[in-house]
Amino acid sequence: MQNPHGSSELAELGEIRFQPWNVGRWILWGALALVFALLPLFFSRGFALTLMSQMGIMIVFALSYGMLLGQTGMLSFGHAVYSGFGAYAAIHAMNRIAAGTLLWPISLLPLVGGLAGAFFGVVFGYLTTRRAGTPFAMITLGIGEMVFAAALMFPGFFGGEGGVTGNRTAGPPFMGLPWLSWLTFGPQVQVYGLIAVWCFVCIVAMYALTQTPLGRIANAVRDNPERAEFIGYNTQRVRWLVLILSSFFAGIAGGLTAINFEIVGAESFHAVRSGGVLLAAFIGGAAFFFGPILGAVVFVVFAIALSDYTKAWQLYLGVFFVLLVLYAPGGLASLLLMNLRVAKFRKFARLRDPYVGVLLGGLLLALGVVLLIELTYHVTLDIGQGPLMRLFGLPLDTSAPGPWVLAAFVLVSGFVAFDYYRRRFARCWHDVQVEIEDWIRENPGDSPR
Amino acid sequence: MSDTKAIALELAGVHKRFGRTEIICGVDLAVPHGERHAIIGPNGAGKSTLFNLISGRFGVSAGRIRLNGRDIANRKPYEVNRLGLARSFQITNLFPRLTVFENLRCAVLWSLGHRYAFWKNLNRLTDAEDRAQQLLERMGLKRRRDTPAAQLTYAEQRALEIGITIAGNPTVILLDEPTAGMSRAESRHAVELIREVTAGRTLLMVEHDMGVVFGLADRISVVVYGRVIATGTPEEIRSNAAVQEAYLGKAVVA
Amino acid sequence: MLSDTLSQLLYGLSYGLLLFMLASGLTLIFSMMGVLNFAHASFYMLGAYAAYQVSQWIGFWPALVIAPLLLFAFGAVVERWGLRRVHKWGHVPELLFTFGLSYIIVELVQVIWGRAAVAYRVPAELDGPVAWLQGYGITFPQYRMFMMGVAVAMLVAIWLLLTRTRVGLVIQAALTHPQQVEALGHNLPRVYMGVFGGGAALAGLAGVVGGNAFVTEPAMAGTVGAIVFVVIVVGGLGSLLGAFIAALLIGLLENFGKASDLTGLAVLARLGVDLDSGSALHSVLALSLSQVAPVLPYLLLVIVLIVRPKGLLGTREG
Repeated sequence: MQNPHGSSELAELGEIRFQPWNVGRWILWGALALVFALLPLFFSRGFALTLMSQMGIMIVFALSYGMLLGQTGMLSFGHAVYSGFGAYAAIHAMNRIAAGTLLWPISLLPLVGGLAGAFFGVVFGYLTTRRAGTPFAMITLGIGEMVFAAALMFPGFFGGEGGVTGNRTAGPPFMGLPWLSWLTFGPQVQVYGLIAVWCFVCIVAMYALTQTPLGRIANAVRDNPERAEFIGYNTQRVRWLVLILSSFFAGIAGGLTAINFEIVGAESFHAVRSGGVLLAAFIGGAAFFFGPILGAVVFVVFAIALSDYTKAWQLYLGVFFVLLVLYAPGGLASLLLMNLRVAKFRKFARLRDPYVGVLLGGLLLALGVVLLIELTYHVTLDIGQGPLMRLFGLPLDTSAPGPWVLAAFVLVSGFVAFDYYRRRFARCWHDVQVEIEDWIRENPGDSPR
Repeated sequence: MSDTKAIALELAGVHKRFGRTEIICGVDLAVPHGERHAIIGPNGAGKSTLFNLISGRFGVSAGRIRLNGRDIANRKPYEVNRLGLARSFQITNLFPRLTVFENLRCAVLWSLGHRYAFWKNLNRLTDAEDRAQQLLERMGLKRRRDTPAAQLTYAEQRALEIGITIAGNPTVILLDEPTAGMSRAESRHAVELIREVTAGRTLLMVEHDMGVVFGLADRISVVVYGRVIATGTPEEIRSNAAVQEAYLGKAVVA
Repeated sequence: MLSDTLSQLLYGLSYGLLLFMLASGLTLIFSMMGVLNFAHASFYMLGAYAAYQVSQWIGFWPALVIAPLLLFAFGAVVERWGLRRVHKWGHVPELLFTFGLSYIIVELVQVIWGRAAVAYRVPAELDGPVAWLQGYGITFPQYRMFMMGVAVAMLVAIWLLLTRTRVGLVIQAALTHPQQVEALGHNLPRVYMGVFGGGAALAGLAGVVGGNAFVTEPAMAGTVGAIVFVVIVVGGLGSLLGAFIAALLIGLLENFGKASDLTGLAVLARLGVDLDSGSALHSVLALSLSQVAPVLPYLLLVIVLIVRPKGLLGTREG
């Protein structure tokens, strides 16, 4: 799928515009709030609650990253620094609340995290935004490594190898109201509720920021930093300010992490965390506001759910990421929107058969790859447990040639099938896109029928 | 004549060296307020470099540049812009992923004092919206309001380029080959547009199209090999022997 | 004491030269193609693992030749079928591609060779201290000397290649005037493929000699990768000489730092200043230099960023 960034309709579809007083706006946000509120009713098992809690946190984190990458074009490899400091500030505050030396509601702890994140956004942000583009990316990597290394040097504040623990239930009753004393945030469903509220508030806030002068100028700086200077804006100042705001929300995410896990360690600063949020935001599609939300959900599914089934989840995540970079750099959001556009133009029916072929072929290919990887992983890492392993519930003997031959066969046939259908699909897709773009060019400003 | 009027833009002894090559070898120029001044000259003479020096893209190696009496040499581009000077680019330099309207709105934000505000809702800023809408209509881009700038035709992009340049209400406008690549009809339209939007302001323009130059300019400076070899009214320039030699290789008997 | 210092100096120099081997490949790729190869450190890791495997099957000395060649081929393939495709979308997707690639390589290495360190050892012929230095009381491993030799030889070879051969001249021209080079009939994409492959081979060679001097494990890419990026930012993006100076500086800094028990408190005590043990500053200054050593390169980065953001000898903005 070529030209992921150039299409006008992406920009159009990605930016749902509301007329003032349009009821539609309230319906959309209200529906989102409703979804958050009702989820626990459908998915109430402990595991599901954990998953949704972590998704909520990751959504805030990924959206804050989207402010940097998607809105302002700043690629950071060290964003975990801000969420990490937010988490540490929150856990220390939590302990002081429990000890009675600090009067502050647990439910507002994420704000403490946010302020800590913003503080370091001011300090580190000033250093990192002195350069832009690739140098900026490298500097954020360096600062991230520095903070991680420094964290292990000061066990007093950072808790050393074991980290700092806390107790989220040990505070005063919610709002000081005794009839709300059941709201201790002990049970996971209550934590989920807190996370959901904060997540919703942050989504609204970050969306609102995109509709401000700073937000729009940040877009301008992303598109053409040089020209932005010539219309009166100090691009370095713009980037610094956006980073401060972004680190505020990253700090909130860190605070939520502290509440959720009741432990914060130096891994909060690790490059893996920074890489994770980058992956999440990008997979979802950083160019669109809601992209990182999508990406956060997918990322948590990979990291939490998938990791229960296979040790190779990181490899799968990496391959998925690289495939997106190569074939759909606009992320999942761009894929979604492009297909929605095709549907809007009533041309989706033409793509249906090629899609089926591509998906089936792709599935076969993926199956072959998964087989091969899982077999190899078992041989390399789990061989102490014997040659037998289970995949999709079926037993496989890694010492016998059978599974390997099967894997190779599925892989090769999958590759052939996928390649064949991919070419057909690409042709069909290309034709459809050309038709659509011709129509748009000839009918500017109109909507199809 | 020009002594009594205030000088909007003044260059004195400006030199610019890149490594060991001197591109601008001592340029003196004084543009009075309200004048439309064209800079012409053979390719590679340093005309665009002059623009880059004035607008803050490059720093001068020596010399003085004054905007309404204030020193602007070696200042950052945003500083120069905030002091009231705006420039366009020879190669269209827009915000490709923003719509035409957003391009214009961004260009007016600083001059309206909104600065880095992240607490104001853009859609409630009627002053910015009105001004952007005005510019949109003036540039004839109303139908393309919501089109991303990257998808405009070449002439539309040039129009938007000018629109962005004048959006912030600058007192001095620099236009770098505004009609480059345009057809006759498009050029004529562009000239009318330029005449209209630069009324009451100071215009400094680099151009190759002599029709445009003689139609718009009050005075012309000819730049050859980084030096101004002649300054005067279009008539004076047309009959100037040094200019003829520079362009044609020999003086022409008028 | 002097012999200890000289020994430390040599250790620092050898580490710095290893860093430079990595930084030079990275700088060449960056100067040529404008892409900062995030996967460079993982190429280093692949070189080490490849050398390990080859030395298990054949021996160390063939590995010294084979591993870089394998990395050259791998780098060329990556450029041809990966980087080239992303190139038209700009620098951010390029950087993201190399980032994703580094991620995958680290995981693949674990799939094939496992999560523990592998026993990639220094060859017996090169084991042991340098004899003539021993006479001066300086203990310095022969292998480290060999490593320095390889680094210097590599440098000289690159310099000769770039300045004395036709290929090198084409590469140099393509650095600043790619369109003209193409207009002259040279196959620019193939030049790019060759440069990327060459950079990968350099990283691989560094891996061959570095993998057994240090430990060969999946985490080696991460630890060395960040430092190499600091080296090129401090030295100034695009400057080979800057990378050289920065690499040596950081190599020496880390080595001397790691070996020193000096604390801030001791320095203050020497100056006659006494801090009471309760203050927060006390715990900071009580740290010895060896404990602080891991942070030193990044502190240097911060200082350079404040004082001279373009780096020591920076050329390209990036």
